[in-house]
Amino acid sequence: MLRSLHSFCTQLAATPLSQAIQSTEWIVPAVQTVHILAVATVITSVLMIDLRLMGFTLRKQSIGAVTSRYLPPVWYALPVLLATGATLIIAEPSRSLQNPIFLLKMCLLLLAAGVTLVCQLPLRQDAGYWEGSRSRRWRAKLIGFLSLPLWIAIVFAGRWIAYVQAK
Amino acid sequence: MLDSALRSLQSTQIATAISEGDTLFPWIECVHVLALTLVIGSIAIVDLRLLGLRSRARSVLETMAEALPITWTAFSIAVVTGGLMFASNAVAYAHNAFFQAKIVLIGCAGLNMLVYHSYVARSAASWHTASSTPLRARLVGGVSLALWIAVAACGRWIGFTINAPA
Repeated sequence: MLRSLHSFCTQLAATPLSQAIQSTEWIVPAVQTVHILAVATVITSVLMIDLRLMGFTLRKQSIGAVTSRYLPPVWYALPVLLATGATLIIAEPSRSLQNPIFLLKMCLLLLAAGVTLVCQLPLRQDAGYWEGSRSRRWRAKLIGFLSLPLWIAIVFAGRWIAYVQAK
Repeated sequence: MLDSALRSLQSTQIATAISEGDTLFPWIECVHVLALTLVIGSIAIVDLRLLGLRSRARSVLETMAEALPITWTAFSIAVVTGGLMFASNAVAYAHNAFFQAKIVLIGCAGLNMLVYHSYVARSAASWHTASSTPLRARLVGGVSLALWIAVAACGRWIGFTINAPA
């Protein structure tokens, strides 16, 4: 399994596309810049929502109102993140695919996306859902306290990929 | 003269701890990246409102009150963490063209903010609740957005022109 991953990385790195990206010096930093700008969109929007869920800010607005303003940018930025992330993988496959931190980042990303959906889906039926009862208000708070550390860990893991050796 | 000051900065105990430690630099960089994404993201909320592109149902002043506390908190964290990384390799950063450009661009973003407060904000009472904004507000918003995107790009290029320790 590990061996086939390794040979997949080697083959991918030898493709003309990967070679083209590798031999053009500015592509990787430019794509990383776009990736970081998309991260900025996600992390800021998520912070706005999570601070509201935790009850620290924007308390005069309902959770539904804050979410309807700040959640769409998260879903717009996600395809940009995937496309730029994929480009970076094609450029240097083993740097990420064989890196345990990259794997950790992807797991955290799935968790964070799941937590975000748990917050968002009930709002589709009822915009006042999270204010509906005492227990719902507590669950909303819990979602905020879970979500923010997850997204911060994703940002940190992204930077650590550069410092941890691929296996 | 400047170089000798930079050399003494990078030989301080805290600077050598960062440049010689295995994990200090990456952790500081993580916090720096988190802070700068929040600076750019929160400023973008204001810029897009000034451009009349988003948050149109809310006033410019409400949008600023919502986003700018995050901007300033994150900006101070970015300055401290950026300063620590700078100290760890001061001579190399000071001579790096992308670092110099980044500092100049941040200065320009500050000037742009001053222009907003001295010339544009004065009349805000008459337009800040309207969904479309006057040309001068759109200019300030567009310039700010462009400057901060350039700041992010310069930051990334510093990483490709100066090697991190370890």
